[in-house]
Amino acid sequence: MTDRTDKYMGQALKRKEDPRFITGAGQYTDDFVLPGMLHAAMVRSPYAHARITGIDKSSVEGMPGVVAVLTGEDVAAAGAGPIPVGWLLPDLKVPPHHAVAQGEVNHVGDIVAVVVAETRAQAEDAAGLLAVDYEALPSVALGSAALGEGSPQVHDDVPGNVAFRWEIGDETALNEAFNRAHKTVKVKLRNHRLVPNAIEPRASLAQFSPASGEYLLYTTSQNPHIHRLILAAFVLNIPEHKLRVISPDVGGGFGSKIFQYQEEVAVLLASRLLGKPVKWAARRSESFVSDMQGRDHESEAELAVDAEGRMLGLRVNTVANLGAYLTLFAPAVPTYLYGTLLNGVYKFPAVHAKVTGVVTNTVPVDAYRGAGRPEATYLIERTVDVMAHELGMDPAEFRRINFIQPDEFPYQTPVALVYDSGNYEPALDMALDMMKYPDLRAEQERRKGTNKILGIGVISYLEACGLAPSALVGQLGAQAGQWESSLVRVHPTGKVELYTGSHSHGQGHETAFPQIAADELQIPIEDIDLIHGDTGRMPYGWGTYGSRSAAVGGSALKMALQKITAKARKIAAHLLEASEEDVEHADGVFRVKGAPGQQKTFFDVALMAHLAHSLPDGMEPGLEATAFYDPKNFVYPFGTHVAVVEIDTDTGVVKLRNYGCVDDCGPLINPLIAEGQVHGGIAQGAGQALWEDAAYDEEGNFLAGTFMEYAVPRADDLPNFQTDHTVTPSPHNPLGVKGIGEAGTIASTAAVANAVMDALWHECRIAHLDMPYTSEKVWRAIREARQGAGMGQAADD
Amino acid sequence: MNVTVTVNGKAHTRDVEPRTLLVHFLREDLGLTGTHVGCDTSQCGACTVHLNGDAVKSCTVLAVQADGMEVTTIEGLGTAADLHPLQAGFWEKHGLQCGFCTPGMIMSAAELLRHDPDPSEATIRHHLEGNYCRCTGYHNIVLAVQHAAAAMREREAGQAADD
Repeated sequence: MTDRTDKYMGQALKRKEDPRFITGAGQYTDDFVLPGMLHAAMVRSPYAHARITGIDKSSVEGMPGVVAVLTGEDVAAAGAGPIPVGWLLPDLKVPPHHAVAQGEVNHVGDIVAVVVAETRAQAEDAAGLLAVDYEALPSVALGSAALGEGSPQVHDDVPGNVAFRWEIGDETALNEAFNRAHKTVKVKLRNHRLVPNAIEPRASLAQFSPASGEYLLYTTSQNPHIHRLILAAFVLNIPEHKLRVISPDVGGGFGSKIFQYQEEVAVLLASRLLGKPVKWAARRSESFVSDMQGRDHESEAELAVDAEGRMLGLRVNTVANLGAYLTLFAPAVPTYLYGTLLNGVYKFPAVHAKVTGVVTNTVPVDAYRGAGRPEATYLIERTVDVMAHELGMDPAEFRRINFIQPDEFPYQTPVALVYDSGNYEPALDMALDMMKYPDLRAEQERRKGTNKILGIGVISYLEACGLAPSALVGQLGAQAGQWESSLVRVHPTGKVELYTGSHSHGQGHETAFPQIAADELQIPIEDIDLIHGDTGRMPYGWGTYGSRSAAVGGSALKMALQKITAKARKIAAHLLEASEEDVEHADGVFRVKGAPGQQKTFFDVALMAHLAHSLPDGMEPGLEATAFYDPKNFVYPFGTHVAVVEIDTDTGVVKLRNYGCVDDCGPLINPLIAEGQVHGGIAQGAGQALWEDAAYDEEGNFLAGTFMEYAVPRADDLPNFQTDHTVTPSPHNPLGVKGIGEAGTIASTAAVANAVMDALWHECRIAHLDMPYTSEKVWRAIREARQGAGMGQAADD
Repeated sequence: MNVTVTVNGKAHTRDVEPRTLLVHFLREDLGLTGTHVGCDTSQCGACTVHLNGDAVKSCTVLAVQADGMEVTTIEGLGTAADLHPLQAGFWEKHGLQCGFCTPGMIMSAAELLRHDPDPSEATIRHHLEGNYCRCTGYHNIVLAVQHAAAAMREREAGQAADD
C-alpha cells in the first residue's frame, strides 16, 4: 500500500463510476434479463375521469404470447392494498390509490389492466386491443377550476375537491404590517406544471420465488428502502425481509423516482401469480402520463414595504393542484416544503400563507427537483422584483438592504424555520461582479427601443435541505424517519467497502463518499468502493432526495468512519506497545509520537483485526462499524443567480444569453461534481421559465405524448454558465456540508423569469406575465403594450 | 426474417420479426445494452449508433434495414483500458452524471468530429441538439467534446509528424 498525504476532500477528482458509463457498461433496470422472463404492458385510461363498465379479457386471450390479463378485481383478490400517503396533515382527505383502477379511473394514464405476454411487443399488441367499456364522467384539470362552484367531483370522498387547507404564520401580525405599509404590490402568479423527464424511463423487473416466499424487485428508484417498506408493509402485507429491492444504475430521477408507483405493485403481483419474472419498462409516452409531475401552483402574493424600502410583510394565498391521487410526499410539498420557505433570505417581520390542496383529474403531482422551494423562491423573487420596479429601485440593491445579516444567525423566521448559518451579501456582490452588472444595465439602456432588448434577472435564494430531525418531521406529519445510515466494512487486506442508505442516480456518490473516507482512514481512494441501492446489502436508509445525501448520508458515513479509526488506533497502539494517546494517525500510518519508524499501516491494523492473534484485551475481532445519523436541523444553502436574456421584439424569441451564479453549500466535497449539479439544475429551471409546460385542456386531456409536444432544453438553447461559490459551513453536521443538487433549479426559474420580465418592464412597463415565456406570448405582450402606449404598428403591416 | 449485421466488427445472424427496431436487436438479441432507449420517437438520441459510419438513431431504423451493414455501438468505440478520446473527454470534463444519455451523446459527437475536427462551441451545441441530457446542462458536454477534439488533432498531428 502506498502512503499518501493528499487530502481528497475538496478536490475536483474525476468520478470513479464514469468508466462504466462512458463504455456502455452501466447496468440500468431495463438492461437486466432473468430466465423465463415475461413482459407486462399497461392498459391506460384514455379518459380523465370515467367509470369502467366492463373489461372483456377474452378480447385478447389467445393472442400470440399472451399469458394473463390482470384487472383491478384480480389485484384486490390477490390481497394488495392501496398505495399509502407518506405525509399526513390534519383533516387530510386521502382517496384510495389502487395499483390497478377499481371501478373508476381518475386521470389519463391511470392503469386499467395489465397484460402479460412472452415478449414486450406481444404484451403491447394485446394491451392495445383489450376491450374496455367506459362511461365518461365530468372532469376538471385546473386547481382553481376544481374549487369552483358546481365543479365536477373528482372523488366522492373528497368534498369540494379539497384535500386539505393549511396555513402558516401570524395573520394578525401580517395585517398590522400591511396597515402601516408605505407601498404594497399584489401579483397573481401561476407556477405551471412540469414533467420531470429523467432520460431513463421508469422500469421494474420482479421475481417471486414460491419456495422461499421471497420477492426480488429491480426498479428505477431513488430510495429502495422506502419502496421496500411501502410495498411490503402496506401493499403486499409481507415481512420487509421477504422483499429485496435493487436500484442499480438509475438514469436520473429529479424526484420522479422517489415515489411508490402502481407498476411496481403490478409486476410483483404478476410475478407471484404467474410464477415467472415479469418486467415492465415505460415507453416515453407512458412516462408523460404516469410519472408524478411537478409544481402547479396558482398564487396571489402581496408584499408590503415601508418608506425606506424595508420589507414589512408577505401575504400568500396558494391553490396547489395535487392531481388525481395523493402520492407519497404530495401533501408535504406545497405545505412544509413551500410555506416554510416563504421568508427567503429577507428580514420579514411577518409572513402569512394559506395553501389549499386540491384534487383534479390530472396526473398526480409530487416532489420535483427542489420540491416546494422553487415554487417559494419563484413567488418571493418575482414579487420582490415587481416591488423594486414599482419603487424605481435597483432590484439588486432592494435585495441587499433587506438581507438577514451574518450576525443574526441562527435566525428564526416567522414561518417556523431556524436558519443555521448564512452570509448573503458576499454571494450577491460576487455574482454582480462576475456578470459586470453595471455594464449590463448600461447595455440595457442602450438597447431600449431597438428590436433586441436586454433583461437582467437577479435573485437571491435560500433552500432548506437535509430534512430533519426525525422527531420534528414526525410531528409535522411525515410517516418516515429522516436520518441516514452507513456501514463501513474493512477487509483483512485493508480494502474498504462503504455502504450508504442514500442512492446515487447521477450525483457521483461513488466518488464523493470515498473522498470522505479516504481522508478519514488516510488510505488511497482506489482502495475504497461505495455500495448503494440494494436493500439486501444496506443496513437501512431513506434514500436520495431533497439534497440530503452529503449532509445526512455523508455525515452518517463520517460517524461510522470515526468508529473505525477509533478502533484501528486502539489496535495500532496495542501492536506498537504504546499508549493510545501517544499514537498519531497521519500521512497514512499510525505512528508513535516522537519515535520515527515505530509505525503500523492501515493494512497492518486491518489484517490483525481479522487474524485476531493479538488484540487489546476484550476487544471484538473485525473492523466494521455502522452509524445512524439523525441531524439536529435542516441545512440552509443560499446564493445569488443572475440571468441575462435578449428578446427579439420582432419575433418574441427569448434567448438566454448569459448566466452566472454564486452558491454557498458549505465546504465542497468535490467541486467538479458540485458544479456539474449546479449546471444541470440551471438548465432544468431555465427550462420551466422558457419552454417546459405540462399543459392540459380543461377536461384533463394531457397535451403532450412525446418530446415533440414537450420542450426540454437542448444543447443549442443554452449558454455556458459561469459559476462560483462562497463557503459558509453548517454548524450542525460533522462535515459542515449543506446541499447543492437542487440549488440551480430553485434559483434559475426565478432568475430567468425575472430577466424576461425585467426586459419587458424596462421596454414597455409590463409588470408580470406567467411562464413559460414562449415567443408568441412575449411577442403578443410587447405588441399589445406598444399599441396601448401609442407605439404600435398597424395591425396588418 | 434472417438478418446479418456486423456489429463492432463481428457478424451476427439472427431471425427477427420484420418490425424489430435496430435498437431492440442490439439490446435484446445481442445483449449490447450500452445503447439506450429514452423516448421511442427519435428526439432524445440516447440510442445513437453508427450505421456504415453515419450516426443514426437506432430507434428509427429497422433491424432488417441494417442487413448487410456495419454497426458501431458504444461498446465498439473504446474499452475501459483503451478509451476513445471522446470517452476520455467526457470523463475528464465531467460530461455526464447519470450516464444514461452518454453513449448516444458520445456516438453523436464522434460523427461531428469526423466531419469537423475543430468545431466551435456553437457548432457543437447545434450538432448535439438531437441528444437530450437532463443532468449536465450541456456545459460540460461541450467542454468534453472540445477536449476530445483537441486530443484527436494532437494525435493526428503526431501521426503526421511520424509519417
